[in-house]
Amino acid sequence: MKITKKEVEHVADLARLSLSDDELEKMTGQLDTILSYMDTLNTLDTSQVQPTTHVFSVSNAFREDIVQESLSQTDAVKNGPLQDGQFFQVPKVI
Amino acid sequence: MKPYELTIVQALQQMDSGELSSVELTKSCLARIDDVEPELCAFITVDKDGALSQAEKADKQRAVGRAGRLCGVPLSIKDLLSTRGVKTTCGSKILANYIPPYDATVVENIKQEGGVILGKVAMDEFAMGSTSETCAFGVPRNPWKKGYVAGGSSGGSAVSVASYECPGSLGSDTGGSIRQPASLCGVVGMKPTYGRVSRYGLTAFASSLDQVGPLCRTVEDCALMMNIISGYDKRDSTSVKQDVPDFSTHLNSGVKGLKVGVPAEYFTDGLDSEVEAIVRSGIDTLKKEGAEIVEVSLPHTQYAVAAYYLIAPAEASSNLARYDGALYGYRDMEADSLLDMYRQTRSIGFGAEVKRRILIGTYALSSGYYDAYYKKASQVRTLILDDFQKSFESCDVLISPITPTAAWKIGENSDDPLPLYMSDILTLSANLAGLPGMSVPGGFTREGLPVGIQLQGPHFQEEIILKAGSCLERCLDLPAKKLDI
Repeated sequence: MKITKKEVEHVADLARLSLSDDELEKMTGQLDTILSYMDTLNTLDTSQVQPTTHVFSVSNAFREDIVQESLSQTDAVKNGPLQDGQFFQVPKVI
Repeated sequence: MKPYELTIVQALQQMDSGELSSVELTKSCLARIDDVEPELCAFITVDKDGALSQAEKADKQRAVGRAGRLCGVPLSIKDLLSTRGVKTTCGSKILANYIPPYDATVVENIKQEGGVILGKVAMDEFAMGSTSETCAFGVPRNPWKKGYVAGGSSGGSAVSVASYECPGSLGSDTGGSIRQPASLCGVVGMKPTYGRVSRYGLTAFASSLDQVGPLCRTVEDCALMMNIISGYDKRDSTSVKQDVPDFSTHLNSGVKGLKVGVPAEYFTDGLDSEVEAIVRSGIDTLKKEGAEIVEVSLPHTQYAVAAYYLIAPAEASSNLARYDGALYGYRDMEADSLLDMYRQTRSIGFGAEVKRRILIGTYALSSGYYDAYYKKASQVRTLILDDFQKSFESCDVLISPITPTAAWKIGENSDDPLPLYMSDILTLSANLAGLPGMSVPGGFTREGLPVGIQLQGPHFQEEIILKAGSCLERCLDLPAKKLDI
């Protein structure tokens, strides 16, 4: 086994997903198959290879700190599932 | 010829000469949409009123001599590109009611040139899939054969163009999502070089791989769309400052002396013999037209699926963290704590494939597994990139199949994700290496399903790909096949 049910549960928790028992069972099997396949990568010696995370070198794209027009507060919160026109509302945090 | 059957370039000619108005053309496309949508399911949202008012505006602009380069041309847009005031679902329940307050840069480009946006088209949820079957709002159908997949993830884009609902569409390609559905539906689709086209307003799936591109019925139309969407954008930090040529200029200049590479690894076991025969005929055609055919090797191709299906989910798991029910989209209102709100919102809002990829990605990035999975895959990505760079020392462009088979039946592979991932083997590498690629219609199988031919080129050499693609289109002499819808 590449991955156990307990590990899938832990990963789901990190990703803020809750899985039903059925989902957990199915996902564990599928993830196990997929991760076993990923082992093909281990047949390659990459000890001397630099990783590529971006094809072109990426540097920070700075801009001048100039005040510009932006979304109005009303437009910015408009899509909020719960909002009062000014603020997003969420369940009590503290 | 009915207006909806016109290509972009033909429609522009007719509108410029006064034979046709944009309102007539747009109405013709909208009527076609009404006719075929019940069977094809390409659209998630049709914006009839918006389209007609844009068409009226386009006609007025043309009348006063201020026509943009797409003035009055109706197009569809994949539903993960932000359209101001028009619902943008990404094919997901979690964004079922999301209305963006801004336009993606590419949408802005199209509007500035007078393009008319008909609506938003179906896709795999968050572009994760190869058949569009994970779309939460209906599965687009292949117009060539009942019960067959359109491909994905830009399935709605490909279907809308192939079935004459519109002459062009914008899709996105993270691992083949433009080229593969284009191939399976028999249209032209281009994935530009990474950084060529702005990603601002493109909902992120895997940020180092995603790229927006056009799907059209001709290479000429594709070149025109590329002219409009390409270029540096300060709002996309990975946009590349690179001159944009006029992609339409050299389309007909032929392939004489062009070195066309045939990568041996793309013609291995599992490649359907009919698909192979079609691609081989494409190679012969280019040879007859004066191209020099060279054998090349991309030895790490076999590792692309494993590397991609670690890197893309890893990036996705981070990108999709934003869907938490707080700021936009679906929220489970029953939850009484913040943590439960996150968990329940995401568990109800996301479909199975998205959850699977979030889990793989989170696992590959998690403490203790990062080196073994994510880092390893990123090192293999370097090897894949090096393969291409070496091959382009001996050729100008690569020719190959796009998928190992033509379209398959809806519902196959639905319980076992790995075989479906494997079917992406011929398209993933271009994304890992950031290269431009295109699908050009190559022919039909005996069953009547279209098969595309893939062309890939060095970074920022879309012109060469378009030139070779245009040559294939002109010289392949495809039988005139009509849809029966």
